Amino acid sequence: MATKKMAIIATKGTLDMAYPPLILASTAAALGWDVQIFFTFYGLQLLRKNLDGIRISPLANPAMPMPVPMPVIVSVLPGMEAMATMMMKDKMKKKGVASLEELRALCLEADVKFIACQMTVDLFEFQTSEFIDGIEYGGAATFMKFAGETDVCLFI
Amino acid sequence: MNYDKEFDASGLACPLPIVKTKKALNDMTSGQVLRVVATDPGSVCDMAAFAEQTGNQLLEQSTQDKKFVFFLKKA
Repeated sequence: MATKKMAIIATKGTLDMAYPPLILASTAAALGWDVQIFFTFYGLQLLRKNLDGIRISPLANPAMPMPVPMPVIVSVLPGMEAMATMMMKDKMKKKGVASLEELRALCLEADVKFIACQMTVDLFEFQTSEFIDGIEYGGAATFMKFAGETDVCLFI
Repeated sequence: MNYDKEFDASGLACPLPIVKTKKALNDMTSGQVLRVVATDPGSVCDMAAFAEQTGNQLLEQSTQDKKFVFFLKKA
């Protein structure tokens, strides 16, 4: 049986949206799949050495379950984003959900290939020293080369 | 059932029971049996899907005291 392949484009850098690419990639790798993730725009945040800056905001997120009903105007107050992030991380830990750092390490350990979009690295003036080691830098053509051979291709 | 190695995935949520089961299988040899204990209800479907896709055989699955117990034979 030929090895299955999956390509993911990770474009988001919030706590909730950071999870799906890493969960799917680590799982597919565990199933023996060949996996690549192309990180572009805000998805580049997932490649930073320090992931503490990845947050979740209740603002403009009416579907987020809250312990008490919260008017939108309250979500705008300073510190609300930090509080929501802290509460979410705390809940995840209690429920046995892996941290982003752990999932990312499991991906790398399982040979998931991480590619940082060179154009958006330059656009946001990121330094490669801000990112973890072991990643590649490339453009759309690099991604398409692998994506064209995949069984599953996702834009997240 | 006899087994060669045990992995306790109690308290872990998706995808850790599967990803770490795979890691536990890595240093085992073909034909050896791994016993996995999980508390994530999703692991029942996931472990069957994992076995089917990787060729590791799911010999037995049972539920004991709200825990899910799996026996996997390494391919």
